[in-house]
Amino acid sequence: MSRAVTTRRKTINTVLAWSIGFLIFFPILWTILTSFKTEAQAINDPPLFLFFDWTLENYAVVQERSDYMRFLWNSVIIAGGSTLIGVMIAIPAAWSMAFVPSKRTKDILLWMLSTKMLPAVGVLYPIYLIFIELGLLDTRIGLVVVIMLINLPIIVWMLYTYFKEIPGEILEAARMDGASLREEIIYVLTPMAVPGIASTILLNFILAWNEAFWTLNLTAAQAAPLTAFIASYSSPEGLFYAKLSAASTMAIAPILILGWFSQKQLVRGLTFGAVK
Amino acid sequence: MSLRNAFLAATALALVSTAAQAETITIATVNNGDMIRMQGLTDDFTTKTGHTVEWVTLEENVLRQRVTTDITTKGGQFDILTIGMYETPIWGANGWLIPLDDLSEDYDVDDILPAMAGGLSHDGTLYAAPFYGESSMIMYRTDLMEKAGMEMPEAPTWEFIREAAAAMTDRDNDINGICLRGKAGWGEGGAFITAMSNSFGARWFDMDWNAQFDTQPWADTLNFYVGMMNESGPAGFATNGFNENLSLFQQGKCGMWIDATVAASFVTNPNDSTVADSVGFALAPDNGLGKRSNWLWAWALAIPAGTAKEAAAKQFIEWATSKDYIELVAEKEGWANVPPGARTSLYENPNYQAVPFAKMTLESILSADPNNSTVEPSPYVGIQFAAIPEFAGIATEVSQEFSAVYAGQQTVEEALEKAQAITNDAMEAAGYR
Repeated sequence: MSRAVTTRRKTINTVLAWSIGFLIFFPILWTILTSFKTEAQAINDPPLFLFFDWTLENYAVVQERSDYMRFLWNSVIIAGGSTLIGVMIAIPAAWSMAFVPSKRTKDILLWMLSTKMLPAVGVLYPIYLIFIELGLLDTRIGLVVVIMLINLPIIVWMLYTYFKEIPGEILEAARMDGASLREEIIYVLTPMAVPGIASTILLNFILAWNEAFWTLNLTAAQAAPLTAFIASYSSPEGLFYAKLSAASTMAIAPILILGWFSQKQLVRGLTFGAVK
Repeated sequence: MSLRNAFLAATALALVSTAAQAETITIATVNNGDMIRMQGLTDDFTTKTGHTVEWVTLEENVLRQRVTTDITTKGGQFDILTIGMYETPIWGANGWLIPLDDLSEDYDVDDILPAMAGGLSHDGTLYAAPFYGESSMIMYRTDLMEKAGMEMPEAPTWEFIREAAAAMTDRDNDINGICLRGKAGWGEGGAFITAMSNSFGARWFDMDWNAQFDTQPWADTLNFYVGMMNESGPAGFATNGFNENLSLFQQGKCGMWIDATVAASFVTNPNDSTVADSVGFALAPDNGLGKRSNWLWAWALAIPAGTAKEAAAKQFIEWATSKDYIELVAEKEGWANVPPGARTSLYENPNYQAVPFAKMTLESILSADPNNSTVEPSPYVGIQFAAIPEFAGIATEVSQEFSAVYAGQQTVEEALEKAQAITNDAMEAAGYR
């Protein structure tokens, strides 16, 4: 009897999990499907799901109109650069907060997080003026710095949470064996926190990849990443949904593939310390 | 030196000089059909001038925010901006745009339609050259109108439109008699209802900049709109904008659609529209008060003050808004696809006169007067907007209140009361009252 219940429960859980997964993935699936339709099919009522004349025309048009590789390369540099620099700054910061906390550590952590509560547009003009002064407008380095700073609180928080799970005694033992602070962080702490660091890197890479406010406002022709590429296909006067969907699919494809191959590491990192 | 050598030397000198002056200009633009076509034809400009072009294409609202930030901070990111009739006079007055008062003789600036030139000028100086212009008009299904036993006059009244909409509505076959914008946003539903209110005798402000939403013409406008749309409009019209209505019309689900004249080329294109061969056109309706409900708009090219490439930018503007460019598009893509509404000569061209919507587009544009848009006198310029910097913010809020009425979330009286308070408060804060 209990065996039957377990099987039934398993089936229900599986169906439920797949249903929720499908529901979450549906907008992306619909975008991908629309990208293979003609503009007339894209607005058809009732909507066409699978049975339509599949076409690659939209991809050809997008490829002809836009320099996709330039946008892609900018996205890789901006997302990759901001994440790596952010992690390099955040590891020592999170180490100090996790293993050498002071009376103000919690306050500092909260203060860092509170910077995320300010609407980005509130600081657009000051940052724009600073960028003009420093000649950073429409440069990849400028965006790397801004996006790194925006995501830094999240990186520090995530790493802090992972580091808190590592017993301090292990680091203490390394210190007693003569390890310097640098060696302690690089050779002892980092290898133990690899799953956490990996998931932090992946999550922040995705956040940086999808960041649209700053990338749209601080770039023009040279440093514009894939978010600007998608925005260029949105039209208030004309139905170009199929082309917009093709552009969106091309923009999310690299991150989807990356997520697919690293899902094991991502899940392991995100659930790190969740079950004791 | 022989004549041949002299010629070769002169040619080489010209080439060197062209190469030395060749520049790359950056243009901020929107993703509308005519703009996309222009991007595809840029090679012609490069061949003629040696200059190359970098395009930054953005969604309309993002473009406005992006360009405003850049121009107010003198960021210098763009050499040419695509802006509309609302921004041009305001930015021109602020000294943010370079006057286009020295365009070449060949360009023939006097050929620009007077309504367009007027709307893109400040104190008589042109600050942006119209790339394409539009008004609004009625697009209707000739087959459904015939089936309803009615005939569309060339200049109908609102009462006729309401009657025709009811007669064309066929809920069983998913046909709505009329599709109109209801979406919140000053450039979406806000633009439509403002233009419509002009024909009912309403206005945004009196001569002392007091809001006028507490007057009878505004109540009449909104009550008429809501009544007609509830009778004959599509479900969820409160969230329909240009694209949603275009989609409905192209699928044969609207008997009539009153919107931008530029939509005519979409609904008559058999590749996209299922009703392409049964579309007729008429002037936007009126109420016999002397003002029709059509608007006037232009997407225009302007040069921001502070650009280091003013000469190349002017060359581009002259190329893109010239008679030659229109000929180039006609040659490549046909007369129905040339940018409309900017030049008088286009409407004198017999080839273009054969395009079915050309006549009505011109008549709609000519009947719109931004300097005299309301029945009662008003202190502002503009038909579907008031050309003051505060308008976009105020009208967005007001249109949200109106959309809430369309969605059945509040009454017309409540919305007008809130609109009155929102507008007066904002105008007081801005120092107008």
